[in-house]
Amino acid sequence: MDGLILQILNGLDKGSAYALIALGLTLIFGTLGVVNFAHGALFMIGAFCAVTISKILNISYEVVDPNQTDFLGNPLKVKTPYVESWFGPEMGTSIIDWSVPLAILLTIPVMMLIGLIMERGLIKHFYSREHADQILVTFGLAIVLQEIIKYYFGANPIQTPPPEALQGVANVGAAFGMDLPYPIWRIVYFCFSLGIIGAVFAFLQFTTFGMVVRAGMADRETVGLLGINIDRRFTIMFAIAAAVAGLAGVMYAPINPPNYHMGMDFLVLSFVVVVVGGMGSLPGAVLAGFMLGILESFASTTWATTTLPGINQIIIYLVAIIVLLTRPRGLMGRKGVMEE
Amino acid sequence: MLGLNNKDTKLLIAVAVLTLLAPFILNPFPADSAMAQFNAGYPDLMQRFVIFGIFAIGFNILFGLTGYLSFGHAAFLGIGSYAAVWIFKLFTYNVVPAIALAVIMAGLFSVVIGYVSLRRSGIYFSILTLAFAQMSFALAYSVLSNPKFNLTNGETGLQVYSGDLQMFHRDSLPDLPHLFGLSMRSTYNLDLGAWSFSFNAGYYLCAIVLMLVFYLSIRIFRSPFGLMLRAIKSNQTRMSYTGLNPRPHTLAAFVISGMYAGLAGGLMAAMDPLAGAERMQWTASGEVVLMTILGGTGTLIGPVLGAGFIKYFENIFSKINDSILHEWFAFLPDGLENFMVFIVHPFIGKGWHLTLGILFMLVVIFLPGGLVEGGQRIGKWIKNRGKAKDSGATTEPAE
Repeated sequence: MDGLILQILNGLDKGSAYALIALGLTLIFGTLGVVNFAHGALFMIGAFCAVTISKILNISYEVVDPNQTDFLGNPLKVKTPYVESWFGPEMGTSIIDWSVPLAILLTIPVMMLIGLIMERGLIKHFYSREHADQILVTFGLAIVLQEIIKYYFGANPIQTPPPEALQGVANVGAAFGMDLPYPIWRIVYFCFSLGIIGAVFAFLQFTTFGMVVRAGMADRETVGLLGINIDRRFTIMFAIAAAVAGLAGVMYAPINPPNYHMGMDFLVLSFVVVVVGGMGSLPGAVLAGFMLGILESFASTTWATTTLPGINQIIIYLVAIIVLLTRPRGLMGRKGVMEE
Repeated sequence: MLGLNNKDTKLLIAVAVLTLLAPFILNPFPADSAMAQFNAGYPDLMQRFVIFGIFAIGFNILFGLTGYLSFGHAAFLGIGSYAAVWIFKLFTYNVVPAIALAVIMAGLFSVVIGYVSLRRSGIYFSILTLAFAQMSFALAYSVLSNPKFNLTNGETGLQVYSGDLQMFHRDSLPDLPHLFGLSMRSTYNLDLGAWSFSFNAGYYLCAIVLMLVFYLSIRIFRSPFGLMLRAIKSNQTRMSYTGLNPRPHTLAAFVISGMYAGLAGGLMAAMDPLAGAERMQWTASGEVVLMTILGGTGTLIGPVLGAGFIKYFENIFSKINDSILHEWFAFLPDGLENFMVFIVHPFIGKGWHLTLGILFMLVVIFLPGGLVEGGQRIGKWIKNRGKAKDSGATTEPAE
């Protein structure tokens, strides 16, 4: 029993990342009807926002400290981050320590800006063209974004530790008398992603803006005829979707040290998730994200890999193939979406 | 000639001349001049031009004619490579059976994958092919290389070892892939003054295969079958209303293009007896998509041009470094020179993919027909300018 729950927990963090990226993809697809192959790149840029913030916070100046010497007897050069000298050593250290959560503050405006530029500058011109063209141009954009990141940050993964208080392992089952050791940061990530997903759904469900967007998703033309500037709202939704991907990335940085191709790795899987969930269905995307994350975790157990070697590598694709062939619209897809 | 009309015969002859004279054409600069780095006439690169040309021609039969965008074609290339290397390991270094098996295996796999994937269209088809290719990649990389059943040799890649069986191998034959005794590596170097040209047996094998498959692709494009495939692209519903079932045609196109990919994979193994799983990864599938689009989707010559273009610039751009840039911009004042080098630096060397990405985006945005359309536009412009001069007035051509 403990093992079973542990596997479910293990699947949740990856599942959260899939769900968040798939949610963003579906938002873009549902509103603008564009298949965005650059969405994985947005996730990656989010993760690199965390790297950037922690680098900026660590910018330091050197002072020669005459009281301390290194092993050769020379005066030691002490590096002090500017943050520490501004806020005092204790405050400064804890600011640096909390750099990943702090990066969220940067990520939201940066990602929304990138989203706006992307939509207005590029994707706007592709509404009237074929889906294949949209896939290709966003695929090109993904390569460009990825290479830019590679140019500035190098090709190696960059370690970005979570705050010290949230490192380590907690026994999440203690309250129920079970032994379930689980990394704290992954719990944080899961709760965070639930929060984001809840916020997106609440935004769409309970605000006027969200209501108009949902109406636009159902029938764009009619909403436009009612005198509502639906294009502008959809642009904002694109920015929100970009921000969701960025947030998913920023918090994922401590789990998986960011490198320039992580976006592509996640993108391929997220597309599978979207298709399994059903193109254009937001709950479907979230559900399929968590489901596939958990399935992947079960497939990685020793029992599964010894009975069916390699199952952990292919389970997601296998599920996708089965779902697509038996339920052509995915788990929760609506009729008439992406069908010729 | 050969059942082709005038225009196609000219195209085929042009391709034949270009591929056969490639060692001359690609080596326009003397061997020890400063421009020698732009020479592409060495065997390894020429082989890659031609092999990826074959791959792209095959991909174009599927994507260009039917409009089905496969994101998993590299899987067939990888399967072809593995099949060929297994022939080398078990039987003989002769390339004919190796390439034949490569094509057959890729064909079999594409029948299965195509049959399943083609039940859906549009983005779903892309995702299905992607899923199959990623599955093959993952399996080849990990599971199929366990000690008990080592089919792919995992990360190292499948290669021929001295202890391998090689049933029909004789000592008189070269210890490398060969065509009835003619080693694929044998190269004849011709020095003409300052120029040096190399003629490689492997390259000429690839070139002859390219001509054959190019001819085949012209025949497919011009056949009733090709017309059927175009009908699938333009309107599948209407096609089925006229009483035609589109699926067998699409499947046939899928299998043909899969076999082209297998052929390319087999040739790749024949040039260098090694097969690795990374050939099947989806980035490799993405590359052939880039080649086809860049050259011109649905055109005959486009994919070959695209493949050559990408492989040439990949090679050249990755070779340029900062000191070469400084040489180029040396005529500028110092400050400006450094500035120019700083600007250009991200796009060269390891940054080649950035250039490729930008180029690809520009082509998709402004030139959906690829290089071929670009060439046609320039041709038209020159023609119109000539006409304008003749008549002395600029007139809009009637549509």
